[in-house]
Amino acid sequence: MKRKGMAASLDDFSRREISSVERRIFLKRGLSVGALTLLSGCDVTNQQSVQKVLTAMSRWNDRVQDLIFDPARLAPEFPESAITRPFPFNAYYGIDQVRTVDPSTYRLEISGLVREKRPWMLPELYELPQTSQITRHICVEGWSAIGKWSGVRFSDFLDRIGADKTARYVGFKCADDYYTSIDMPTALHPQTLLTLRFGDQILPPEYGFPMKLRMPTKLGFKNPKHITALFVSNTDPGGYWEDQGYNWYSGS
Amino acid sequence: MSPGSRYQKIHPLAVRITHWVNAFAILIMVVSGWRIYNASPLFGFRFPDDWTLGGWLAGALQWHFAAMWLLALNGIAYLTYGIVSGHLRRKMLPLRPSAVLHDIGNALRGRLAHDDLTVYNAAQRAAYVGVIAIITLLVLSGLVIWKPVQFHALGALMGDYEGARYIHFFAMSALVFFVFVHVLMVALVPRTLPSMFTGRVRTKT
Repeated sequence: MKRKGMAASLDDFSRREISSVERRIFLKRGLSVGALTLLSGCDVTNQQSVQKVLTAMSRWNDRVQDLIFDPARLAPEFPESAITRPFPFNAYYGIDQVRTVDPSTYRLEISGLVREKRPWMLPELYELPQTSQITRHICVEGWSAIGKWSGVRFSDFLDRIGADKTARYVGFKCADDYYTSIDMPTALHPQTLLTLRFGDQILPPEYGFPMKLRMPTKLGFKNPKHITALFVSNTDPGGYWEDQGYNWYSGS
Repeated sequence: MSPGSRYQKIHPLAVRITHWVNAFAILIMVVSGWRIYNASPLFGFRFPDDWTLGGWLAGALQWHFAAMWLLALNGIAYLTYGIVSGHLRRKMLPLRPSAVLHDIGNALRGRLAHDDLTVYNAAQRAAYVGVIAIITLLVLSGLVIWKPVQFHALGALMGDYEGARYIHFFAMSALVFFVFVHVLMVALVPRTLPSMFTGRVRTKT
């Protein structure tokens, strides 16, 4: 990954606009020259070697988080009164660009290391046994909010489609061109939920209609919305933010 | 040092090395941390981007989560050395509140004596023990912010995830204040600076 130039100032923007600002500065991202000159022995021409070390450390941190992760440890659950209202919208685009998915033509495509690869229609998913949780959603930006999500326990769904649970990754593709991937232990965690409802309503478009993967053991951006395809793989599928430098594992 | 030497050793090599590694790690942690703070400020201000490291949130997080290893491992090395060798006990104890207040009062009136650099005065002892405690608190609150589910028991002591964010911020503020005073004192007593490289000071005869 190359880091070039100075990042645009974020000073004048409110928190809600941060994600869109961050998007605009993708190509401008890099080490601030001011900060670099503080580091004796590192100059701007060293950026690529510095970045190599940082990327290697991020991979190391993936492995450490995998070790720290306890598959049996549950994220704390909260009472209804603790729910954050209104729940913040967040995506790599603004709320005016939220994708609408047509429920009548919607199909969840299944591929990779699974036995049953037939696509799923929404009514079939609604008919599966549902469970709900009130948990804290933590954004990589630092803020957090408590919400209520309901849906199909993901490990049950993986059982249903005959997924190879010894595989390393589950990858997701989304209607808004977002994509991400998770490790199998997190996919099998009891609180990892193929979410179809937010609060007690069908998942609204801004929170990922028709389906998002809710994982209270991962940062918010690891929870994909508008999922249209999932696949089981032994090859790291990466992710939209992950491929730009955010830590892949990003566990909580 | 042989008796009668004009130089006296005050900082063991292990202390000098861990001091400078710590200074470097703290610089990285603080300036990358400011960038992370800017992504979702707890208060109504942001740190100027030019004072921060990482260029954007992902870059700042990479620096922060790389330098945390340096900070933690170096800190463990320092504390292990300090405890096993008796360095901490010799240099930091006894630590009496009355003596600390007395020496801080003297320092504020510009009357604190620095004739013997081999012994820390009570204000120094309090400051150095205090900054060790602050860095420990930063590491622990940082662990809660990093892994609030896995370190939930630790988080329960800090008001969970959101509480730990405030503790992390205020501990950072206290650390930056320490560094400010620390550097100011070095400027006022400049012969302490070379000793943190060479380990020795010229003794007054």
